[in-house]
Amino acid sequence: MKSEKTGAIDRDRASPMLYRPFFWIIALAVAAFAVVPLIGDNVQLRESLLLAAVYITLASNLNIMLGYAGYINFGSIVFFGLGGYISVYLVSAHAWPLAAAELAAGVAVSLLALVFGLGILRLRGAFFALATIGINQGVQAFVSNFEPWGGSAGLYLSTQIFEPLGGAMRSLWVIYFLLVAVMGLSLYLSYAIKTSKFGLGLIAIGQNEDAAVVLGVPAPLYKALAYSLSAFLPALAGGLYFFKSAFIQPSDAFDLSLSTEAMVIVMLGGRGTVTGAAVGAYLYEELRGWLLTSETFSNFQLVVSGVLLLIIVLFVPGGLMGWIYGRWPRMKQVLE
Amino acid sequence: MLGIIASIVDGVLIGSVYGLAAMGLTLIWGVMNVVNLTHGAAIVAGMFALYLLTSALDLPPYAVLPLILLGGFLVGVGLYWIAVHRMIGQPPLMFLLSTFSVNLVVIGLATAVWGTGLFNVPVSLPGVTWQRYTFPGTHLLAAALTAVIAGLLYLFLYHTRLGKAVRAVADNREAAELSGIPTTRVLSLAFGLGVALAAAAGMLIATMFPFTVLAGDAYQLKSFVVTALGGLGNPAGALVGGVALGLVEGFAAQFMPVSWTLVIEFVLFVLVLIIFPRGVFAFTRS
Repeated sequence: MKSEKTGAIDRDRASPMLYRPFFWIIALAVAAFAVVPLIGDNVQLRESLLLAAVYITLASNLNIMLGYAGYINFGSIVFFGLGGYISVYLVSAHAWPLAAAELAAGVAVSLLALVFGLGILRLRGAFFALATIGINQGVQAFVSNFEPWGGSAGLYLSTQIFEPLGGAMRSLWVIYFLLVAVMGLSLYLSYAIKTSKFGLGLIAIGQNEDAAVVLGVPAPLYKALAYSLSAFLPALAGGLYFFKSAFIQPSDAFDLSLSTEAMVIVMLGGRGTVTGAAVGAYLYEELRGWLLTSETFSNFQLVVSGVLLLIIVLFVPGGLMGWIYGRWPRMKQVLE
Repeated sequence: MLGIIASIVDGVLIGSVYGLAAMGLTLIWGVMNVVNLTHGAAIVAGMFALYLLTSALDLPPYAVLPLILLGGFLVGVGLYWIAVHRMIGQPPLMFLLSTFSVNLVVIGLATAVWGTGLFNVPVSLPGVTWQRYTFPGTHLLAAALTAVIAGLLYLFLYHTRLGKAVRAVADNREAAELSGIPTTRVLSLAFGLGVALAAAAGMLIATMFPFTVLAGDAYQLKSFVVTALGGLGNPAGALVGGVALGLVEGFAAQFMPVSWTLVIEFVLFVLVLIIFPRGVFAFTRS
């Protein structure tokens, strides 16, 4: 199994990106996201795909830590929320254009994650997981008390903010396309990391950190880099998401249930696979939509997530992709 | 100055209850080397057990404590067989995920039934007055009951055969198995005890403060801080760590708004883990 994996990586490295089938599979999925809701101006479909794109972004980036490096990050939503806050704040208080605010948010959150990461990634396993829960609660408490960001009341954007994007209606489409682009970048980032030497190092850390260090993987640096990289795109997604709703408050921005859902998605699709995170996110979004409209289950969304996660962890730890690989081993060469 | 002393004394009283909760967490860590993320849910379950038993059955509040200890133990043993047993020997990641999912189910169900509003169990006890300050009776009794439960736990661990078995499994599971100790049963017992302690602590907290379904997260974080201070896997250290956290809280409350407490506690948690990975009050385990 191990030699097969390195073999796949060697082959992939030998062929340039454009000749790899998986590159085009991602491109096709992104194109489908962009084009399908345009047919017949289907706003309802666009809204549900927008949520799916957010889920895919969060899950793919969580997968870099959880799936590759084997480090559980309970507070991945912090990146999303902080990204949202920074860009909404820059747009509303300093009248920055959206693109600049987004970029600033992404860079700032990544740098912050690097600083946090260098500190807490010295903790291993369970301790790291506990620290990530703490980070989310600590940041939320900080933002709730931070007056320039409106404290617990949050920040609002006026509707004029949408003028440069061509009015409220058109700007919703623009934001949707940008989010789909962020989603595509997330998938490519996951894929690029997985087929790189860096990714190989992360996977080695996930299998046995001590052995990886002995073999020369600079574990602390790799983990901090992975943590920081996995913060950038969720921060962009958060910025776009809260720009669209024109409103942000701590309880929405740092909603731990979104972190939880991202974890359920990664486990549902299959830990450590690019396809799994994407397909899992799409399936979960469909399930969630169905649950919210069903009368019996609308109050039990968290319970259903919990039961789903428990069943996966206890009985199908490989998730959907694990099952597919087990059944059709050749799929490993096509779907990463 | 007197105000500071009074609030520190009160902090110590409350802190001992945090210590009780953390003892449950640290016991499970010591025996299984895993972090139990159903801890917060167990604390909330204790709170709501008190609320339901006092309001529905009209029992006096403190008479509920033995029931909660027993119920918590049974639920804990059940949980062990449902969610924990299959995870023994697996990477810690899977254990965290499985206990986390149980936590989600419990909190999700409780939210669906009770919502997220504030609950309060009225307990009337005369307080003790010192100078201009009155220490509430509930805080004093909670600290006293914590001492009693901690004493019982000590007697169990150090003066019974079963307690010796628990300590043996904590020291070295394989050697214990070779000496004929039924380790699986001991693990389920330890998990049950851990949940029972958390539920009892939740019940005592509910006699002192109002609570919500979502209170578990904050108290779980406090338990983590306490165990980090006391050294993971060390019940005596947990009690000292709890008192220390209570001191910090009581002291900090004098100088800044309560909503900052969580930030301070979290910073303390990470700093302690990085600077003193074995705990500040980590006594050598005998």
